[in-house]
Amino acid sequence: MNNKLVFRLDWMSIMLYIILVVFGMINIYSTRFSDSTLAFWDLGSPVGKQFWIFVLCLSSLPIVLFIKSNFFEHLSYFFYGLSIVSLIGLFVFGQTISGATSWYLIGGFSLQPSEFAKITTTMVIASNLSSIQTDIKKKNHLFRILFLIALPMLLIILQPDAGSAIVFMGLFFVLIREGLDLRVLYLFIALMVIFTLTLLFGPIFISAGGLLVLFFIYLLIKRAAPKTKKLPFLISFGICVLFSYSVNFIFNSVFEQRHRDRFNVILGLETDTRGIGYNINQSKIAIGSGGFLGKGFLNGTQTKGDFVPEQDTDYIFSTIGEEWGFIGSSLLVILFTILISRIIYRAEKHTSTYSRVFSHGFASILFIHFFVNIGMTLGLVPTVGIPLPFISNGGSSLLAFSFMLFIYLNFDANRLNE
Amino acid sequence: MIRKGTLLIFTVGTCLIFIFQLISLQLFNSDYSELSENNAIEKRPVYPNRGLIYDRNGVLLVANQPVYDLMVVPENIEAFDTLELINGLAISKDELLTQLKKAKQFSYKLPSVIIRQVSKENRAMFQEKMWKYPGFYFQKKLVRDYVVPIASNLLGYTSEVNPSEVSAKNNYALGEMIGRQGIEKSYENSLRGTKGATFYQKDRFNRIIGPYQDGVYDTEPESSEDITLTIDALLQQYGEALLQNKRGGIVAIEPSTGEVLALVTAPSYNPNVLVGRQRSENFSHLVNDTVAKPLFDRALQAEYSPGSPFKTLNALIGLQENIITSNTRFQCNQGHYYAKNAFMKCHCAMGSSNDLIKGIYNSCNTYFAKTYLGLIQKAPTPGEGLDRWRVHLEKFGLGNYLGYDLPIGKKGFIPNSSYYDRWYPKGRWGGTTIISNAIGQGEILTTPIQMANFTATIANRGYFIKPHFKKSFSQKEKDSLFSKNYTLVEPRHFETVIEGMHQVVEKGTARIARIKDIEVCGKTGTVENFIRLNNKKTQLTDHSIFVAFAPKDNPKIAITVFIENGYWGGRWAAPIASLMIEQYLTKTVKRKWLENKMLEGSLMDEYAKPLSGKPFVINE
Repeated sequence: MNNKLVFRLDWMSIMLYIILVVFGMINIYSTRFSDSTLAFWDLGSPVGKQFWIFVLCLSSLPIVLFIKSNFFEHLSYFFYGLSIVSLIGLFVFGQTISGATSWYLIGGFSLQPSEFAKITTTMVIASNLSSIQTDIKKKNHLFRILFLIALPMLLIILQPDAGSAIVFMGLFFVLIREGLDLRVLYLFIALMVIFTLTLLFGPIFISAGGLLVLFFIYLLIKRAAPKTKKLPFLISFGICVLFSYSVNFIFNSVFEQRHRDRFNVILGLETDTRGIGYNINQSKIAIGSGGFLGKGFLNGTQTKGDFVPEQDTDYIFSTIGEEWGFIGSSLLVILFTILISRIIYRAEKHTSTYSRVFSHGFASILFIHFFVNIGMTLGLVPTVGIPLPFISNGGSSLLAFSFMLFIYLNFDANRLNE
Repeated sequence: MIRKGTLLIFTVGTCLIFIFQLISLQLFNSDYSELSENNAIEKRPVYPNRGLIYDRNGVLLVANQPVYDLMVVPENIEAFDTLELINGLAISKDELLTQLKKAKQFSYKLPSVIIRQVSKENRAMFQEKMWKYPGFYFQKKLVRDYVVPIASNLLGYTSEVNPSEVSAKNNYALGEMIGRQGIEKSYENSLRGTKGATFYQKDRFNRIIGPYQDGVYDTEPESSEDITLTIDALLQQYGEALLQNKRGGIVAIEPSTGEVLALVTAPSYNPNVLVGRQRSENFSHLVNDTVAKPLFDRALQAEYSPGSPFKTLNALIGLQENIITSNTRFQCNQGHYYAKNAFMKCHCAMGSSNDLIKGIYNSCNTYFAKTYLGLIQKAPTPGEGLDRWRVHLEKFGLGNYLGYDLPIGKKGFIPNSSYYDRWYPKGRWGGTTIISNAIGQGEILTTPIQMANFTATIANRGYFIKPHFKKSFSQKEKDSLFSKNYTLVEPRHFETVIEGMHQVVEKGTARIARIKDIEVCGKTGTVENFIRLNNKKTQLTDHSIFVAFAPKDNPKIAITVFIENGYWGGRWAAPIASLMIEQYLTKTVKRKWLENKMLEGSLMDEYAKPLSGKPFVINE
């Protein structure tokens, strides 16, 4: 079965990758389009940089593919360490751009180590989980893993770049997949629901509602299993009430106003369209004005008017929504879904834990970006500044995601050699 | 299974939520599409230059001139030399600071006006220093330029539309100019043209960043129409000069066409005072002058008793109704008793016997009183006689609006039977009650343009064409608008009356109006008038009136001159009318002595009398 590598490659993912990057460049070109726009291959223009980085990525694809798979596995901790050092180094040599010290400036190019930390952290988690001794059900093992995730997160939060740090939460899905207690998942979901509802309706309502819901669940279960105890339900209720009130407290006393504003706008508690809700509102206007077919390439009036901020990076989806309409934007959503699903599907085929965890981790991180970024432009998720993978303008992001994809491709192609 | 599927479920779930949200935003919410058009695209009007106005000979009367507003974009301002700016542009420091503050309150990124209509001189001086003042610039705007500063009353003026007009008319926006009064108002649509529109793409600061879609939605403005007036600029100017220091009006009409050659009212104002920075100040001066009333167009709006010129109409009606013939004679003994103890004075000598022609040129009150009595008494009832008389007068354009193309006017007044029935119920009135109507006093009121119009009707021997001010009509429009309005008097009757009017100038009351080699026909008038002073009916010095046309055959000009408190017809009105006729027909005035007397003469002392608060003598 030692067929040529070419035939074993996941061509579907490669095609999706190329489509996404090219589509991304088209839209970056559109957001920056004006009479004085340079040719798309000109390094001086934003799309030019993106183009040449794409060329660089494609030309490095064969190299990454020919590297032996266990090279990555063996050097996981080395790369991770390198990442941590580069993150720490930022505090000394870093370049501050719009308030966050997240970049190294090397020969005219700015490099964002946090983008690469995503790869190395996924690698180190994969390495850890694939070790025979590791049992995620053991608390000290779990804490070790959580520490490995938390360390780069903390360094990134200190930059401060909370958005990029949130991405690491995606690795939560990996832990669930690899045997983390499922109750954590349920608790997480329950807390998210309580959190949202508390902000919407206040803790008193949540306490009363929680009591009612739990009481009915208790009655239902009691009918099926008469020996069910009341205590767990009472404890759950206690946690529910406590959490609800603490959310209320944290939200009103610990959060700064700008944080509160972001949630309030999303939950529709604030409708100030010129002030705090401005970005989201403009983004929704741009997308909504696209209609079914969109206004066409370079014809987005909202895009041209720069109404939406960060339009080539974080808010690029609003340009897509405006210029390509429902057809274009829903197709993009579907393409992302297919790509992520495909990676999850292929990941499950691995016999090697390392490869599986890495691939799954890649899918998780892609998902978090996809969920937060598009969710934000659609006004469904609070404003968090992270790019849309493969699409948004930004060399580090494209490089990091490309390499992560290539490593996934490498593992996938060499699955049967493991 | 749950473990393996968690991320997949989240991914697919997210996908569905996103698509659902996209559907609701893009397919079912038209609000967002409209919002986008409102905040990203700006429609800016493009104005055609307002139409020019010419006189009947092609002399440019009204043009457009650029004025410059000093604008500022606050965010671009850098420290500047305040002193140089306030000295250079003649603005006080306080005003500058207030305007700057206002501009900043309005917007940092959008332009605001700092100084409206900077004078040409100041701008020229300041233009080269502008580089020192980033954020400031001059914006061009077009306003009216009255090249020949005459005829303000008939040209009207322009000013910015007010908010209530903007809401009432759907094609005006704030800041646009609209014609007010006169030709500017009557022909607003032609002069204004149709504005076009340019669509611009804006950015999030509302700044224009370029044309929208390369201008495919733009519309070109439709150019405005230039208007040629019937007014003769030289004659108009001459008339205005002659009326200086007097109050009154002159209306000159070309009888064969109804074209108004001159429409003078005095006192008037220089049209240029209603342009520029001092506009509103000047305007309130004009409005608040309730004594001289410079905005009141006496030629169109003043209703006076017509006085003796009205006798010509009664003569014509009398001839047509067979009350008199051209040979009918009446005795006059310095007047006559028209009823018991009721004597109407006349300046005829004792024992005069006047035929119609002599009656006219001597302006014999007796003659026309008797004619008028005949008119009323010959009918079955006085009411029928009066109404018959009124129908005749209506055909001469009296008692109603003439329908000329200016937005102001007055009906005048011709009484009918029901009017007198109200005053004297149960038929307790008769010809003698209303005898004053015979000599153009009494209840009759006419405006100077109505008088000029009936003079033109006499000149035309029985018809008039609606007076108008715009000349540049197509032939088709002329045919439909300007048909001949015939009177009920047969043309043959006119010759006698015209001969009488000719004799007025040759040997009657207006010999001063004679012009060498031109046969002038006219009729003087001296009108008693009263005002209410300290709640007492007070008589003022008589008005001076003259109506005339010339030449006698194939008349080229019919004219009415009305001078308030001008003593008698021959003293002011007749010479002025005569000078106007000479000016129009020969283009020069040879009688310099008369011209100077009229130009220099002033009635201001006369007008000051009732205001002095002291007793005064009239008709001295």
